[in-house]
Amino acid sequence: MTDQVPLFRMEGVSKRYGGVRALEKADLVVHGGRVHAILGENGAGKSTLIKIMAGVVAPDEGRMLFRGSEVTFPDPASANAAGIVCIFQELSLIPDLSVADNIVISNPPTTFGMIDRRAQRRIAEEALARAGGEDIHPMAPVKDLPLSRRQIVEIAKALARRPSILILDEATSALTAADVSKVFDVLRRLRTEGLALLYISHRMHEIAEIADECTVFRNGRNVATYAAGAKTDNEVVELMIGREYRSVFPDKPPVAPEDRKPVIEVRNLSWTDRLRGVSLVARPGEVVGLGGLDGQGQRELLLALFGVLKGVSGEVLVDGEPVSIGGPSAAKSKRIGMALIPEDRKTEGLMLPMSVRDNLSLAALDRLSHFGVIDRAAERSAVGEMIRLLDIRTAGTAIPVGALSGGNQQKVVIAKWLMVTPRIILLNDPTRGIDVGTKQEIYQLLRKLADSGAAILFYSTDYDELIGCCDRVLVLYDGAIRRTLVGNEITERALVASALNIATNEEGPGLRPAVRG
Amino acid sequence: MIDWRYRLAEHRGTLIALALFLVMFAIYVANHPAGFTANVVNTAANKGVLLALVAMAQTLVVLTAGIDLSVGSIFILTNCLASYIVAGSPMMVALGVLGVLATGIVCGAINGLIVIYGRLQPIVATIATGAIYFGIALWLRPFPGGADDFSSDLADALTSQLPGGIPASLVTLVVIVLVIWVPFSRSPVGRAAYATGSSEVAAYMSGVPIKSAKFAAYTLAGLLAAIGGLFLTFFTYSGEASAANGATYTLYSIAAVVLGGVSLFGGVGSAIGAIFGAFAFRTIGDLLFVFDLEPLWQPLFQGVVLLVAVSLGAARLFQIRNRLDLFG
Repeated sequence: MTDQVPLFRMEGVSKRYGGVRALEKADLVVHGGRVHAILGENGAGKSTLIKIMAGVVAPDEGRMLFRGSEVTFPDPASANAAGIVCIFQELSLIPDLSVADNIVISNPPTTFGMIDRRAQRRIAEEALARAGGEDIHPMAPVKDLPLSRRQIVEIAKALARRPSILILDEATSALTAADVSKVFDVLRRLRTEGLALLYISHRMHEIAEIADECTVFRNGRNVATYAAGAKTDNEVVELMIGREYRSVFPDKPPVAPEDRKPVIEVRNLSWTDRLRGVSLVARPGEVVGLGGLDGQGQRELLLALFGVLKGVSGEVLVDGEPVSIGGPSAAKSKRIGMALIPEDRKTEGLMLPMSVRDNLSLAALDRLSHFGVIDRAAERSAVGEMIRLLDIRTAGTAIPVGALSGGNQQKVVIAKWLMVTPRIILLNDPTRGIDVGTKQEIYQLLRKLADSGAAILFYSTDYDELIGCCDRVLVLYDGAIRRTLVGNEITERALVASALNIATNEEGPGLRPAVRG
Repeated sequence: MIDWRYRLAEHRGTLIALALFLVMFAIYVANHPAGFTANVVNTAANKGVLLALVAMAQTLVVLTAGIDLSVGSIFILTNCLASYIVAGSPMMVALGVLGVLATGIVCGAINGLIVIYGRLQPIVATIATGAIYFGIALWLRPFPGGADDFSSDLADALTSQLPGGIPASLVTLVVIVLVIWVPFSRSPVGRAAYATGSSEVAAYMSGVPIKSAKFAAYTLAGLLAAIGGLFLTFFTYSGEASAANGATYTLYSIAAVVLGGVSLFGGVGSAIGAIFGAFAFRTIGDLLFVFDLEPLWQPLFQGVVLLVAVSLGAARLFQIRNRLDLFG
């Protein structure tokens, strides 16, 4: 069923960044009408591979054949022109322009040298419909759309360029399960139209669902290519990490006793129409998950606790005493001891051009300084300790944090907050777009922190994580907690069911939350 | 259909600038001893058009998230040049005008090339080139003066009133908007300029021609500043390498751009907004005149109006309930 000449072939392609070998004599064969999954840990060379295919970086050696003839792509525009379009993990949308402007940005329709707005609108509407985003208004500015809608726009934009190879790099990481299945319908249709789809994802069940064949990368080399379904999940993960693989999730302790005094208690927290009377407790040693569909107030709940939102009503008690938290600097004070690991590490978590050391010690500077002067020796030892504790792979503490891989950047974000020894740790989807190995380390770290007495509130869009990590899961819908799952009740079926059950509930918000458990 | 709401939101900055200008101009005319007459309007138009042209130039560069601190110098340089070469027979005058415009284009193109290929920050690059352009202006006209056979016919035609009392300068400005701004803003390269200013990384990843966009923005900025310089010559019949004038126009152009709702972070705004911003800014001086205040107060009042206008634009920040949005 594969055609004679592959649509795209890459032979012996290598790329080095300074002394680091990102890609080492990599080969890849892509056929039309197939979904080809690329797997590998962060730093395995996947990003470099697709950046070379998309013309973002030039390879040091090797050659690329497109429809049998050799090609080079000096820039993304030339790759696009050849029919290779990439949907990058870091969104490539222009925030101030409208949805329609963005969709046609690479090649706007013109009459007499001017952009034909009617044609643009038509193309945009058609592309949005193909991408399953009929509900998005073409004139809406992209910056006003939520992340999951932007991702749909991103896909529409790629389709508007009529690609023959479509690369999706973690393109579903911001999407809800419902949106993912919509996107998969689109991808299946594109496959029957003869497109080649390269699919990069860390979500194993998505790959199992959509891929026809898989290639695993490790340390810059392609180590295996096989038909989808030919290997078990465990075998695949072993290929990816190159070592024997046990359970991803650490063992859970028995459910924390109810009589343990909560570190943090929230009573009837409300904010605009996004949070409606949220009440919860978290005890020392507990990992409390926040579940539900994306955008049901989980993010706002964490921000409200961290003092970022204005006009929040309700009560927050820390160690049984009411507190008012006016902002992150108050939240991290010794008395409250709260830390928030943000969702977007590039903008809310890190100063990318600053060094690893400066980023790590930023939140804890008041503890590392005497009379307003930073104690360099104390800083050095604290930073060194964190790098060891989290096994942050960096060439030194003085290099800019932007030079690290995504997984290691996320470790720096977490380590930064561990330096203030928080007792209440809020996590906002911390493993999005991170490789399996780093994820595993983060799960173990969470459990270790809980065991040492911290209370953890953990929002995740990945159901597996909630099941594997959490002692309790609070399922949110429309800004309110609709269900609490404890211990063995936390199953994928229960999580999905409670979300769907609620979603089809016509009685709507304003009703008393049906808290169980 | 909710299209009109998005349209309104898109043009909000421009509309606010228009409203600001209309209110200020209405107060001015109501208190002017002569009232709303063709002469009053013509004088106001002539003064406003100069700053409006330089502000348009500034807008193009600011949209790409750059800034052009040489617009004032190009304005002065082309003024000095025009005071020599826009003279003589109609043929010579036509060539002279073309020469002046070409000079502006070359100045702007040099800025663009330095920013694009020299990879210098626009602020540094244009401070340097601005000094050079001003140096050339000073060399051309060490002392203020004009050509003996300066084309006062053309100058008068473009600065007087058309039948019906419509200021010719205003009509010229409208033509320039239609010929330069409208095609630019609707062309792919204009779209690319907006995209580059909004997010250069996303623009690059989308295969947007960033270099052509910046080059077009700086070059057209040079052209618009040169048209401004030409008009200055039409008003004064002479050229003067005045450092104070150059610096004032550069700074005022930035003020006008901000008043006009163009974001200094790039990617948002329109040259039409900047034109209204320029007219509003110019009206401040006129208001002082009709209220019989010392002209010395002018910079102070201009500063106050600018602060108030920018603060009004920032008033939405009070409604923000999520503090993270303050930094967006």
